[in-house]
Amino acid sequence: MPSWKDNVDVIVHEGKISVPYSWTVGSTLSRFYCELRDNGKIWGNRCPSCGKVFVPPKIKCLDCYEDLHDWIALPGTGTLETYTVVRYEEPVLHPRKAPFVYGIIKMDEADTGLVHFIGGVGPEQVKVGMRVEAVFEGKREGNILDIKHFRPIK
Amino acid sequence: MEKVAIIGVGYTKYDRNSPLTFAEMVFEATSKAIEDAGISKDDVDNIVSASSDFWDGRTISSMAISDASNAFGKDITTVEGDGTFAALYGMMRILSGSFGVTIVCAHHKGTESSMNGITNCTFDPLVERRLGLDAVSSAALQARRYMNKYGLLEEQFALVSVKNHGNALRNPLSLLPMEITVDDVMNSRKIADPLKLLDCSPVTDGACTLVLAAERFAKKMTTNKKRVWLKGVGHCADAFRLGDRDLADTRALKSAAKRAFTMAGIDDPRKEIDFAEVYDAFSYMEPLWLEGLGICDDGMGCEYLERGYFDFGGKLPVNPSGGRLSANPVQAAGLYAMAEAVTQLRGKAGKHQVRGAETALVHGINGMCGQSHCVWVLGK
Repeated sequence: MPSWKDNVDVIVHEGKISVPYSWTVGSTLSRFYCELRDNGKIWGNRCPSCGKVFVPPKIKCLDCYEDLHDWIALPGTGTLETYTVVRYEEPVLHPRKAPFVYGIIKMDEADTGLVHFIGGVGPEQVKVGMRVEAVFEGKREGNILDIKHFRPIK
Repeated sequence: MEKVAIIGVGYTKYDRNSPLTFAEMVFEATSKAIEDAGISKDDVDNIVSASSDFWDGRTISSMAISDASNAFGKDITTVEGDGTFAALYGMMRILSGSFGVTIVCAHHKGTESSMNGITNCTFDPLVERRLGLDAVSSAALQARRYMNKYGLLEEQFALVSVKNHGNALRNPLSLLPMEITVDDVMNSRKIADPLKLLDCSPVTDGACTLVLAAERFAKKMTTNKKRVWLKGVGHCADAFRLGDRDLADTRALKSAAKRAFTMAGIDDPRKEIDFAEVYDAFSYMEPLWLEGLGICDDGMGCEYLERGYFDFGGKLPVNPSGGRLSANPVQAAGLYAMAEAVTQLRGKAGKHQVRGAETALVHGINGMCGQSHCVWVLGK
């Protein structure tokens, strides 16, 4: 049976939600970002119980739920565990123009991976297992983009 | 312990740019579910909804669907995440003894907003969000890790897309029924290597509602043919940060599956499950999660797939509905999968009916790259 709904001109209202936030970074990640900003160093923290080292640093150990007071400077090098070549554009979200590469880097002297950009190499030359090192921005502001990217170690 | 049954299911047809508001979609799904159960709206004493405020563009979005979900004058509570978790909450409310007949509804109107923008907001604004990660790029990182760990090929993942879009041809509800080949998948537009367009699920609109009832009500209100029992459930979460996990390790799913099978009294899921609806928002996820579910050993999912084990006519049909690859209304996806299982177990799935279906496995996830899993065993 035909319905009155079939003949309705359905209207679409365009909208946008834009709400400002001031996110407190907290003592653990603030210390991480201050080391990055002021000294160009990547720090992790270690569980006093199991010895696992986390980067980015954590408040508590995932496994032991112990406080992590033991801070260590990492060499800033690592091994590429996985990567993707991003082919689509998202100008608002992406700090890079596509194509660019994200990777998860298993950091030396740590037990976790760090997600970041892989640069200084063509997307087609990127390989799992590649040895990489952090490249820092000259002007640093205390956030994850103070690391420009990770590039292959020559 | 008292048992809980699904006594009614209702849903909208999957759509894109649906002319309905999300509340109108919930009205349609819930009216159908109440009618399917053959009960009155007044028999229902509480509602659990699943939605996402970011996707709806409203805070406390369950309030916006309270009339639509039959919550007026009743109690409504919300799960932010997949519908399988809302069903778990609904079952727990019944088992607490506080409620008798529970509506569980979920809605998602993906085409009203930006998938990448919203899934980017899942990430920590203090760390990964600034990098611009989203659901697709993080899934691509997981796909590559899975390939590398077990020596798998993109062509093997493509087979999942071929199978599930093919299954969708038998399901009139589906959004993307397609007869395609591995070459079609391989030649589709590159999104984030190794994922191509046909490895990814489509942005979809849909709402789904289940009516759950305690055994004492289920037996009074419905016939044996209508009700399907919630036999087992398990859930488990992994670490939030991608780098804190091995993305090819399914430890959280293994734990969830073990709990679900123990509760359902299933010793060997490979022999006792008749079909499965597994979360396949991206092609590679289906074999990965089947390994976590204990249907095959780690790294063996693709080999089983190639042998036709998970085909519609195979030993254990997986995603006979067409899966999420053929329609993926994110928060509602898991409830649709549970509704599909109910339809199958009732023997009412028409052209995509799995013959002799007595026990079904349904799997839903929350969070990026399957951070959290919910596993259901449903049976007659």
